[in-house]
Amino acid sequence: MISLEINDKKVEVPEGTTILDAAREAYIKIPTLCYCPDLPASGACGICVVKVSGSNKMIRACATTVEEGMKVITHDPEIVNVRRNVLELILSTHPNDCLQCPRNGSCELQTLAEEFGIREVPYERRLRDLPCDDSTGSIVLNPEKCINCGRCVTVCQDMQNVYALEFLGRGEDVRMAPAADANLQESPCIKCGQCAAHCPVGAIYEHDDTKKVWDALADETLHTVVQIAPAVRVAIGEEFGYEPGTLLTGKVYTAVRELGFKGIFDTNFGADLTINEEAYEFFERFVNGKGALPLITSCCPSWTDYMEKFAPDFIDNFSTAKSPHEMLGVMAKTYYAKKMGIDPSKIFMVSIMPCTAKKYEITRADEMFASGYQDIDVSLTTREFARMIKSAGIDFPALPDGEADSILGEYSGAGTIFGATGGVMEAALRTAYFAITKKELEDVNFTAVRGLEGVKEATISIDGKDVRVAVAHWMSNIETVLDRIRKRRDEGGEPYYHFIEVMACRGGCVGGGGQPYGATDEIRTKRAAGLYRDDEKSTFRCSHHNTSIITLYKEFLDKPLSKTAHKYLHTAYKERRQYLH
Amino acid sequence: MDVEAEEKTVSLPPAVKKYIEKQKAIPGSLIKVLHKVQEHFSYIPRSAAFEVADIMEIPVAKVYGVITFYHAFKLEAPGQHTISVCMGTACYLKGGENLLEELKSMLGVDVGEITPDGVFSIHTVRCLGCCGLAPVMMIGDKVYGNVTKEKLPAILAEYQEN
Amino acid sequence: MAKLTREALENLRKENVHEEAITIMVGMGSCGIAAGAKDAYDAFVEELAKAGLDDVVIKKTGCIGLCYSEPNAEVAVPGMPRVLYGNVDCAVARDIVKKHIIGKTPLEGPNALRSGENIEIDEKQQRIVLRNCGVIDPENIDDYIRREGYCAIEKALFEMSADDVLGELKTSGLRGRGGAGFPTWLKWSFTKEASSDEKYIVCNADEGDPGAYMDRSTLEGDPHAILEAMAIAGYTVGASTGVIYIRIEYPLAIKRLEIAIEQAKEYGLLGKDILGSGFDFDIEIRFGAGAFVCGEETALLASAEGERGMPVPRPPFPAVKGLWGKPTVINNVETLASIATILRNGGEWFGSIGTETSKGTKVFAVTGKIAHSGLIEVPMGTTFRDVIYTICGGILGGKEFKAIQTGGPSGGLIPADQLDTPIDYENLQALGSIVGSGGMIVLDEDDCVVDVIKFYLEFSVDESCGKCSPCRIGGRTLYNMLRRISQGAGKLEDIPKMKELSHTMQKASLCGLGQTTPNPVLSALRHFEEEFMAHVVDKHCPAKKCKGLVSYRIIPEKCIGCTLCAQKCPVDAIAGKPREKHVIDQEKCIKCGECLKACKFGAVKYE
Repeated sequence: MISLEINDKKVEVPEGTTILDAAREAYIKIPTLCYCPDLPASGACGICVVKVSGSNKMIRACATTVEEGMKVITHDPEIVNVRRNVLELILSTHPNDCLQCPRNGSCELQTLAEEFGIREVPYERRLRDLPCDDSTGSIVLNPEKCINCGRCVTVCQDMQNVYALEFLGRGEDVRMAPAADANLQESPCIKCGQCAAHCPVGAIYEHDDTKKVWDALADETLHTVVQIAPAVRVAIGEEFGYEPGTLLTGKVYTAVRELGFKGIFDTNFGADLTINEEAYEFFERFVNGKGALPLITSCCPSWTDYMEKFAPDFIDNFSTAKSPHEMLGVMAKTYYAKKMGIDPSKIFMVSIMPCTAKKYEITRADEMFASGYQDIDVSLTTREFARMIKSAGIDFPALPDGEADSILGEYSGAGTIFGATGGVMEAALRTAYFAITKKELEDVNFTAVRGLEGVKEATISIDGKDVRVAVAHWMSNIETVLDRIRKRRDEGGEPYYHFIEVMACRGGCVGGGGQPYGATDEIRTKRAAGLYRDDEKSTFRCSHHNTSIITLYKEFLDKPLSKTAHKYLHTAYKERRQYLH
Repeated sequence: MDVEAEEKTVSLPPAVKKYIEKQKAIPGSLIKVLHKVQEHFSYIPRSAAFEVADIMEIPVAKVYGVITFYHAFKLEAPGQHTISVCMGTACYLKGGENLLEELKSMLGVDVGEITPDGVFSIHTVRCLGCCGLAPVMMIGDKVYGNVTKEKLPAILAEYQEN
Repeated sequence: MAKLTREALENLRKENVHEEAITIMVGMGSCGIAAGAKDAYDAFVEELAKAGLDDVVIKKTGCIGLCYSEPNAEVAVPGMPRVLYGNVDCAVARDIVKKHIIGKTPLEGPNALRSGENIEIDEKQQRIVLRNCGVIDPENIDDYIRREGYCAIEKALFEMSADDVLGELKTSGLRGRGGAGFPTWLKWSFTKEASSDEKYIVCNADEGDPGAYMDRSTLEGDPHAILEAMAIAGYTVGASTGVIYIRIEYPLAIKRLEIAIEQAKEYGLLGKDILGSGFDFDIEIRFGAGAFVCGEETALLASAEGERGMPVPRPPFPAVKGLWGKPTVINNVETLASIATILRNGGEWFGSIGTETSKGTKVFAVTGKIAHSGLIEVPMGTTFRDVIYTICGGILGGKEFKAIQTGGPSGGLIPADQLDTPIDYENLQALGSIVGSGGMIVLDEDDCVVDVIKFYLEFSVDESCGKCSPCRIGGRTLYNMLRRISQGAGKLEDIPKMKELSHTMQKASLCGLGQTTPNPVLSALRHFEEEFMAHVVDKHCPAKKCKGLVSYRIIPEKCIGCTLCAQKCPVDAIAGKPREKHVIDQEKCIKCGECLKACKFGAVKYE
């Protein structure tokens, strides 16, 4: 433990703590801008400067670790003036259009300006004329608003290992841009949206598709239906003042009904469907030796995009099962349409996702049109959904709990935990166990695969055989796992793992690129905890017990991996180029 | 940003490729490699940058990040002969700026541009360290000291013949 | 060449080659070559061959620092005083051979700069860093060895412990010559104390200050001194790898370093088991690519690692966490160049030179409006007056002295009333400037202080890496304010604004570049307030330099309407019919001064 003084208050913190974190022990919030708890401190902005006695320099609190006997001053007129000056400089090169900016109300620069009481900027304004890049249709880059904090570049390079974004140029010409100054679509971008989720200002944000949804809702000839992802229900509350992780499923159902959707479905149903297909896929490979091991989950479209671009040698390992919302989408335009007697060409399917990559997934391949129409018409992020609720004048906190349409709305606990890293694996194991042994698990909880550790491993005994699984999230963790598999594959031995789950976003979908801003590990854990609570109180804990799923197979799909199932619920992958130039 | 459609795709010659493959094993050798590539092409063509990234197994984003950071690297072909006017302090005081203006006026191009006949391009460089001979300029690898407006035509003529 | 043992090295040293031979040393640093030294060298060779004098030794050496008279050549005929010749072109070279070498009569006149036994440049100078420059052939390791070369590393390896070396350095008082002035022994001791499987010695040869070229000359003239010093550093701190990070704009220095490393390796003075001591040390070279910011330690390391050269917050300092995250000593070329001499002569000897706080000598590059521009090496504590007037011949053209700019873009101005200040780290800091890397730009009455600091600010803005907001944005804002002032759009409230912005940049910038960008401005405000205010308030540039504040006008009484000025005007700004008074359109005028040059009647005035 290190003892130091902050503003004359004695503080004791573990070795390696930064001045910024140590100050919290003394109830002091040193202002920051470029700093983000997820990422290593870069020291770019210059806002968090503090004084340390014995030096006439000011140092950055976010990047300096405490030393024994240090005497820190976090606030005095000189320091505050320097910080204000720095902020004024940043504002002098930032467009003034808060009122029309996607981050109005959630912008960290805006908040800082408010806290500093900025009323005028005493320097000449110098703005840059840089074009927007909306080439991916999922994520929009607006470099005019970039404050060069570096978070997006660090996330994309070091955390996601994708290297789609980089800084080009030097000095005042520095700008955030896709690799080789191409556009984002031509770069290796996997649309995970982590750049957008970490951007403090309106320089990177999700492509807004709400207009399409408003138009559809207003079109009386259309039968608009909606599905809600698991991760949305534990995070949407944050947009309305709730604690992260508050389970608000019932309110969400009511909200979408108020918005005018005619069919209310739950992506968790789709998750249960995915499990039913994937568990039997695993059965085929593990028991019958048909197909490559490990089996790798494929419900994360950023992950499949990454694989197609960076690791095509694993194409055969991927589960051909579509992601939950895609499965539900195609069922809505076939099974549901038939059963309800609705013209499928008039069904407009909206999925509300914590994810920006889903916007890409919905037209990713021909199989996304398996119903004969585009299976999912629009995918919205949680943030867009929150804006729609607000613009519709819906008083979200006041809403009573509602119900989904059980035909495609009933879900098991296994389905809901899809939103957390390890959730897909746990759900899959619950049903795979049954598929292999024909017996039910006594304890359906696999806590070994839960939590925020980058790579989690576990060995489960099924029918006397060891099943080795791994769960990875945050893409930079995946190469180690892949390399282990490759090495073993080259040596010709037993597969290193039998089953792998990969999620591109930290924490899994609860930390998705489209979720409410400001996610930290604490918040991700709380959100995931909400889902595990949802799991615990579910009537059915396993996907194969979902009665609506059972009915679906009986009436329409026959059985997992059947011809019909393959027609509608499975997709294929191909090698893609990292750079389109 | 559109990729220049007209720029033909050039390949790294075998000697340069061999050099890169050797340098690949040494961590941090990207800058050295880029200098080699530019030495050959007189700039770094886009396709060459992609090839470097491929051989060295460095993401293209990083290669471009490095190229655009350092002023020594050019992404566009310069003239046959690059004229670099020194903009160090001594050269500035002794009339370096006037030299630059004179060159711009004589050749009819701005800094960073190529003359229509492709022979010259004008650039500025930060302190070549020959301050005793200010004002200084380089054409290619040759350093000219105590340059005056009057001497310019003769100096440029040396290169125009070829 | 085989790997040397200690004995073989000693024998080499004692080899008495060339002492009785007539020697011509031609200065072939970059400046010399640019001035035509190669042609002079070839002329010497040709003329000697013609005369059949094949026992005359002719050597290519580094630069001796008399840049104003390049090409230089020194002639040593045994039994005669040595003569240093300047402005040696082919004709002079041939003359030297005919008259001095054959005729035994040295040339007199403007080419003969000095003669005598000791052509140390003059008694005010003391050459430690530059002791071999202009004397040895830098491309011949034997030359270096014969001048006590590789003595110090031998002494360190076999007679001294790491602590002994640190002790000598501490006694010597050597401080970093790159600009920061940090005690060298202390920096080395941090790295020595750090525990790590790998450590590095990095030589900062990114000399980026415009107007400073001490390091270039040292590397071109005496590369082995650096190699030896790096090996000594490695031995002291426990590193076996050295990296020289050098600007790509110094091709000759790079070439000479490469040759030196090659030759040292052949002799086993670099590589495994040096001189049989069991100590390994290897050196590699890495290049910069045109980024001044890479002279900053952490940016340099990033660049050496093949990345964008952007600094990172310190602490932790490179001495503890440097190249590839390992403990690293980063020293400037000039710092390293003194190490071997300190170990040979003792720290006490070095510490007896200089001032109380700043020991030893410092190399300065004196350029600008100075009669004898070049490199000088003087003990710390030498006054500016001595530098300008005693050593460097005073102001060019006899004009009036205005200021010395020291420390490059990070430094400030020394006004006339401070000319008697002894130069050392503390004194210059007290004056609002810094010693910096050693660049000294001399300004005369025709130079405008606002113009000069604007130049430096433009440089700093151009070279900013762009990572941190205070420097990236503040630098340009500060420059724009200065530019407006130089164009006559200054306001009184600009001054406090610039001071506040300067203070913020000094405190909140991530690295030394941003932190020192405002220094020229603050220094000008302090020492040249009147001249500054003239620009801001009176919209007048006393030195008539700032184009925005000068105007060319025709004096009607003197104009006879010869139309010459109108003909010369490149922008057709002069109106007037033949034999009628001409008028210059102030809007169109680009202030090129051609009209002033053309007018034979003194009718154009410029104010």
